Formats: sequence, C-alpha cells, structure tokens
Amino acid sequence: MSTNAPITLDSKIPEGPLADKWQNFIANEKLVNPANKRKFKVIIVGTGLAGASAAATLGELGYQVEAFTFHDSPRRAHSIAAQGGINAAKNYQGDGDSIHRLFYDTIKGGDFRSREANVHRLAEVSVDIIDQMVAQGVPFAREYGGLLDNRSFGGAQVSRTFYARGQTGQQLLLGAYQQMARQIGLGNVKLWNRMEMVDVVNIDGRCAGIVCRDLMTGEFSSHAAHAVVLATGGYGNAFFLSTNAMACNVTAAWRAHRRGAAFANPCYTQIHPTCIPQADDFQSKLTLMSESLRNDGRIWVPTNPDESRSAADIPDDDRDYYLERIYPSFGNLAPRDVSSRAAKRMVDNGQGVGPLKNGVYLDFADAIDRLGEQTIRERYGNLFDMYERITGENPYNEPMRIYPASHYTMGGIWVDYELMTTVPGLYAAGEANFSDHGANRLGASALMQGLSDGYFVLPYTISNYLAQWLNKPIPDETHDEFLKIESENRDRFKQYMSIGGTRGPDYFHRELGRIIWDYCGMDRNEAGLDKALSEIPALHAEFKKDLKVTGGDTSINQTLEKAGRVDDFFELGLLMCKDALVREESCGGHFRSEHQTDDGEALRNDDDFAHVTAWEWSGDAEAPIEHREPLNYEEVEFQTRSYK
Amino acid sequence: MSVLTNITLKVWRQDGPDGQGRFESHQVPEISEEASLLEMLDIVNERLVEEGREAIVFDHDCREGICGTCSLMIDGQAHGPTKGAATCQVHMRVFSSGDEIVLEPWRADGFPLVKDLMVDRSAFDRIVEAGGFITSPTGGAPDANLIPIPKPVSDASMDAAACIGCGACVAACPNGAASLFTSAKLAHLNLLPQGQSEREKRTEAMVEMMDDHFGSCTNHGECESACPKEISIDNIALMNSDYLTSKFKNRKKLAR
Ligand SMILES: Cc1cc2nc3c(=O)[nH]c(=O)nc-3n(C[C@H](O)[C@H](O)[C@H](O)COP(=O)(O)OP(=O)(O)OC[C@H]3O[C@@H](n4cnc5c(N)ncnc54)[C@H](O)[C@@H]3O)c2cc1C
Ligand code: FES
Repeated sequence: MSTNAPITLDSKIPEGPLADKWQNFIANEKLVNPANKRKFKVIIVGTGLAGASAAATLGELGYQVEAFTFHDSPRRAHSIAAQGGINAAKNYQGDGDSIHRLFYDTIKGGDFRSREANVHRLAEVSVDIIDQMVAQGVPFAREYGGLLDNRSFGGAQVSRTFYARGQTGQQLLLGAYQQMARQIGLGNVKLWNRMEMVDVVNIDGRCAGIVCRDLMTGEFSSHAAHAVVLATGGYGNAFFLSTNAMACNVTAAWRAHRRGAAFANPCYTQIHPTCIPQADDFQSKLTLMSESLRNDGRIWVPTNPDESRSAADIPDDDRDYYLERIYPSFGNLAPRDVSSRAAKRMVDNGQGVGPLKNGVYLDFADAIDRLGEQTIRERYGNLFDMYERITGENPYNEPMRIYPASHYTMGGIWVDYELMTTVPGLYAAGEANFSDHGANRLGASALMQGLSDGYFVLPYTISNYLAQWLNKPIPDETHDEFLKIESENRDRFKQYMSIGGTRGPDYFHRELGRIIWDYCGMDRNEAGLDKALSEIPALHAEFKKDLKVTGGDTSINQTLEKAGRVDDFFELGLLMCKDALVREESCGGHFRSEHQTDDGEALRNDDDFAHVTAWEWSGDAEAPIEHREPLNYEEVEFQTRSYK
Repeated sequence: MSVLTNITLKVWRQDGPDGQGRFESHQVPEISEEASLLEMLDIVNERLVEEGREAIVFDHDCREGICGTCSLMIDGQAHGPTKGAATCQVHMRVFSSGDEIVLEPWRADGFPLVKDLMVDRSAFDRIVEAGGFITSPTGGAPDANLIPIPKPVSDASMDAAACIGCGACVAACPNGAASLFTSAKLAHLNLLPQGQSEREKRTEAMVEMMDDHFGSCTNHGECESACPKEISIDNIALMNSDYLTSKFKNRKKLAR
C-alpha cells in the first residue's frame, strides 16, 4: 500500500478572460522580496533547456539554487540534439501570425487534449524567449539585411520557426547553459554533475528534498530544499529504440510518481515520421532526419509489394506517393502522427523498401531537377552527409529511406497552471511535465515550452508557493524520513548488484521496448494492450530474478546505472499500456484501431474523453488509480483535424 | 548487408585515476558494417556482463555527433579516421575484416582519467563559468530584431558556436592545450554586437582560466584536424589578439 497523501487535481487556472489570465496571475501572486529570496533553497534536477534556464533565472533573482545532472556537464543534456527550430509568434514575416494563431495551432495540433490556459500563456511568452535568446548571443539564422530569418516547419501555414542551421537545440542549450554558468561563477547556483536523483522525499505533506546517487563514487546523499523542480526530460526511451539520447530515462519522474506525483497521459507519445530505419537487431539508437526534409522530398513506396527494381528504375506509374494521394492539401507535409501511421500501413502492407523492407522512400530527385543539386546541398547538405555516413548511401543519387521512431513524449508528470505537481513544493518543467502539447506536439514547440517553463513561468509561480514558508524552518538531511529513504535506495541498488542472474540490463530493456513498440506504438488495440499488460509484468519478474550486474558499487558502474533506469521503465511501460487501454478513442499520437473512420482516420470522442487522465500510484504497479481533469474549452471549439 | 569478421579490439582498461592501466584484447568474430563503432562496444559490453566481467566504461550519449560526450582515441587519432565526425559517428564500414582497432581515452593533464576510457572534462565548464556568457538578465531583453546583425557576422559566430565541447582538440594537442575550445567559445560571443561590452573582460578571464588548467599552445594545428566540427584555427589568432588588446588596455588603466 502506498502511504502517500490522497490526490486531488486542482488546475489552479486564474480568473479572467483567456488572454488576461497570465497577467492576472502575475498581478495577484505572492512575491518574496529580494532580500528574503536568499533564505530559500531551490533544487533543480536536470540542466537541459528547462532546468538550465530555470536555474539561471532563479539564481539571478537571488534564490539559493542547487542544480543536479547525471551528465558530466550541463551542456550534454538531450536538448542539445534538437535540430529543426523553435516557434514564436513574432510575426516578423508579416504573414498573419499572432499569439492567438500560435495558441490555436497548438491546441488543434494537440488534437484538443491540452489545457487552454497553459497553451495561451505559452504562446504569449514565446515572443520573450526569442528576445532573451538573442540578447544572450544565440546566433540564429539571419537574412542578408541582418534581421532574423524564419521558416515554416512541420506543416505550419506561417513562418514562425527560428533556427540556427540544423543545430537549434545546441545553440539554445549553450545559451541557457552559459547563463547558468554565469550564476555558478557568481556562486548563486551550485552545480552537482554526475549525480543521479533516485528519489523524492516528502515530509508533512510537502516536498522536502531529494536523494541522489553519486555516479562517480556510488554514494547516496540527501539534499533538503524549500522546493524541488524536476526538469528531467521525456521517457521516449521506454521503446528502447528511439531518437532520444542513450541516457534519457524516466527515473526522476517515476520516483516522484511513486511518492505521490500524479502521472498524466502516459500513452501520448510522439512517433516521428522521418528517422533512419533500423539496420539490424543489435542497433542501440535511431537517428532523426530533420522534418524540414519533407519541404522538398517526396515520400513514396512501390505499388507492388514484390517490387525488386532499384528506386531509380521504378517508373512513376509503379510508385505510390501515398501522402500526396491521401492528403492532397497537405501532401508530404501532413502532421507527424498522420504521416507516421501512413508509413506504417505501407510497410505492414509489404510495400516497404530497403534490405529489411522496413522503410519508405524520401526522394529528392524532383527537387534536384527543379532547383539544382547546389540548392539542395545548401539547404540540407549536413543532413545528407549525416545520412550517408550512417547508411553508406548517397541521397543525391538514390532516395533516402525513412521510417517512424519514438521521438517525444507529450505525457508526463501532471502539473497545475503553476507547474506544481500533486505534491506541494514539487514542480515539473519541460518535457518531463504533461502540460502543453495535448495528444500531439507540433514541430519546434518543445524547445519553446522548455524555455518558457524555465525562463518565464517558474520564476513567477515558485514565489507564490515559497512566500508562505518565509522564516519557517524546513527539515534538514538528518530528518528520519531522509535517512529512511536514503537507506531504501541503498538497498535497492545493492539488490540489483546481488541478483546474480544471467543477463545484463540492456537485454531486458530491448525486450521491454519491443513489447511496448508492438502493442503501444503507432497502432493500439484492446487485444494487444491486454497482451502487453500480461507480458510486461512477466518480463519484469524475470528481470528481478535474472538480472546480472557486474563490477562494483563504489566507482562508476554504467551497468548498475542502467539497471535502475530499466527497472523504472518497466513500471512506466505498464502505465502507458493501461492508459492507452482506458482511452477508448483515437487522438493525436494515440491511435486505437477500434476507433477510426471508414477511411482509416483517427476518431476522437469528445463526449467521453475530453479530459486529462492522471494516474495515482497505489503501491501496486498493476493497479494504478485513475483521476480525470476535465478540459473545459472557453475559447476554441472542437473540430476534427483534417489534412485532406 | 555485409559483415566484417575477425576484428580485434585493444581497449585501455584502468580501474581509476591512480590505477595501473593496461590494454585488454577482445575478439569480435562478426559485426555488421552498418553498426557504429560504439554499437560494437555495446555488444562487447553485453557479452562481458553475461560472462561475469566488468563492462568497459566509456562516455557517450546522443550518438549523433552533437552532445560532445563521446571521446576516444581510435588507432591513435582523436575521434578516429572519419573526418569531421565524432567517435559516435564512426561506422564499422570504414574498417576491414581482420583489423585490429586500438581504443584509448583522451590523454591530457587537463582531463584526469576517471576509469577505462572515461575522462573528466569539467575544466571546460570552469572556463565557461569564468566568462563565457553575455550578461543579460531574464526579462530585460529588447526586441530581437532591434539590432540587425549582418549575415556574415552571424554566420562566423555560428561557425565557432558549433563547437561541441568534446575535448578532441586537447587530446590531439602535443601540449594538451585548450586553445581551440576556448577560442571558439570566445569567437562565438566576441564577434556578435551583443558580446562587445564584455569582450575584454571575457577574453582575459577565460584565457587565464584556460591557462590554469591546460598546457600552452605552440601552433601545432593538430586540434583543427581532430575537431569533429572542423572549427577553424583562425579563432585562436582572434583570441590571442583580443587578449593582447585587453591586457594592453588594462595596463594603461593601471598606469593612470
Ligand atoms: C533528435 C531530436 C530532435 C528534436 N528537435 C526538436 C526541434 O527541432 N524543436 C523542438 O522544439 N523540439 C525538438 N526536440 C524535442 C526537444 O529537444 C526536447 O523535448 C527538449 O529539449 C527537452 O528539454 P528538457 O529540458 O525538458 O529535457 P532534457 O534536455 O532532456 O534534459 C534533461 C536533463 O535532466 C537530467 N536528468 C534526467 N534525469 C535525471 C536524474 N534522475 N537525476 C539527475 N539529472 C537527471 C539530464 O542530465 C538532463 O540535464 C527534439 C528531440 C529529439 C530527440
Ligand atoms: S555521443 Fe554525442 S557527440 Fe558522440
């Protein structure tokens, strides 16, 4: 049985018309005066875009900040890998963009499963993010006149995406990291690198701190604070193969969940349509090819499943440009979820291409004819090189092969408008929370959300909580609860070491990923989910009996780190399937094949499912407790997404 | 799909910073040429664990050449034989059946060894903390298009900003100098209009922190050829000239 306090979901949406809510919040929140800020300690776990920007800003405001990352340096966080860009409603191109349009596109893109008030705030602060990032030296792409350049991304009808070559995430993360580094140099932020948070400690009904494992020495330690922010990224690696960095994991979020933080919409996962297909069974990681390629590439498969000619020899009549055929108005730019499912159907139908018949073509031949090879090289040269390095094939001469892969997770820790979880004093930011993207995220909107949370939301909302604790002592690391949880975790890791089975953690992760991908991937149904719900616990039981971890626990041991992370993926995987099972509709990234229209499109059910599902930990991973937060739309009306 | 056979790995193993290091040989009877070098290490490690032996410790994360976490001397070359690529982007197809591949950690005084192939590169963070930023408190920024930046300037800044902080430059340098890294960080900010107010202060602080941790540059140029992002050595010239200017100005101020 769980000993956590019972959960109530109060979204704390401020009063007033949608467009005024955020300003109303700011006008009415409780503040902590500058001299008192240093009396508060705030722990930030994770130093990606969300964490680094929060640490920099809170440190600068005067709070005592301690930032934790399992990486050797904050600059390694997975945010660094984002390629395409970041959205903002600047309307610099004068093409009709506005805060309202970005808000509406995000709600619609999320298939009407996100909270209006949060999304509106996101669109509002998007403009400040660009100002902030430019001021701190992010070298965004520019026009010859010296002004900022924009592109249209992921099928948006306006050009609102800011980018820095194909390295936008890198440049934004370096920007946020440098701001945090400045605060570290000034002594306002203390950085704990190669430290993994393994648990959350709550005392008297609120979050009191965290327990960490030092990856270098294997030592466990407690860290008390007035508030804790989890900015620990997404759980896309539950699928084992994904475009996420190898170390991305759910441990921080999951351990917080086990201590009372509700977990929302875990079944909302984004499968990105343009990744390089798997080459063999032992592959460890998949690579994303930027979505921008779809602006010029045409996607097709051979009409005949038994086709044996090479791509160039297949005449147009024997090709199926299926996206252009099914979605004539969006064509190759159809949204991610729609394109991914279409590719899966082609491959399932035997029309896949490549040695394993597990991909579809993304063909630049027409674009090269029209624009010349030089133009294509200028636009995509580095992506083409990357593709060639990985596959050994030259995409100027033969089409790329692509296939969908796990990329992003919209689900995450449930937070209210102030980004607080169901545990008072515990916050979640960036991809780790569930907040803004509903059932499907638009391209270039994750970077925007991470920076919005860290730079412009948390610094305001956190004082609203802290103010009440001024001059009241908080429990320190010698409190019994810290000691107890520290020792529970010491035992947990000792246990991984001592099982003495026959297989390393990677084996279990790969097998688990296969189950989740097969039954809770792009296409889900009741029978499959039931199967997953019985296979996952069986595999988890085997993990607990047959795991083998070699090496010691007093110096770095990557096998042991992995064991802890895989253990948590098992329980999360169960919850993903459970969530997918109860959501008897298709929406965004969640496609239940029982719920589709006659022509195979997602069939949403707004009458019964216009809510967030937030799960409470019951003490038994197989019996989570379901809660619902109704989504009330004041501003927008439900619409069926159509890209035909 | 072709398969390479009979690969011998000679891997550096060392229990800790003070331990005695040694090479250990591992046979890889078969590996797909589609696999990356690090995927081969994953496979070797999985086998080692199953055999009850300790896995080889190595740093890695994104596996797409952007996070700068991976770090290996492959056959004596930082990041191995593929030009303009990081270790994680080296694929087995660049090797041949029967090859022996030697894997060693970065070796430099500024990067103490942690274990096996992993080193501690946190001195890079110290250099950035010393001055690698533009002071711009959150919320106070003017509209982003207020200062137009000529495209060539912004492009040159971006060329330098592409540095992934992997440390190959230090590992390749006979003196273990960190000039390419530091100068890239400086050029990124010093070339931009926003970076001008702190240009001198920044340059002095970062160069001096660099000197505290790393060897001195004697223009070998090995750093540029090892750099997975092909960062230009011209940045070092810019750094040196900025450093002289700042020192000179400061001396004048002191003399006054
Ligand atoms: C290949 C790729 C391309 C992408 N391209 C784009 C794009 O073009 N535009 C866009 O908007 N989005 C893009 N995304 C999505 C976007 O990059 C991420 O959603 C976003 O960067 C997440 O930022 P974050 O700060 O929430 O988390 P991360 O950057 O993942 O940071 C997580 C941090 O938490 C730390 N951490 C985690 N767990 C623990 C723990 N237990 N203890 C201590 N520390 C911990 C890590 O060390 C790290 O510092 C892309 C994603 C991928 C995979
Ligand atoms: S693992 Fe990220 S650069 Fe090699």
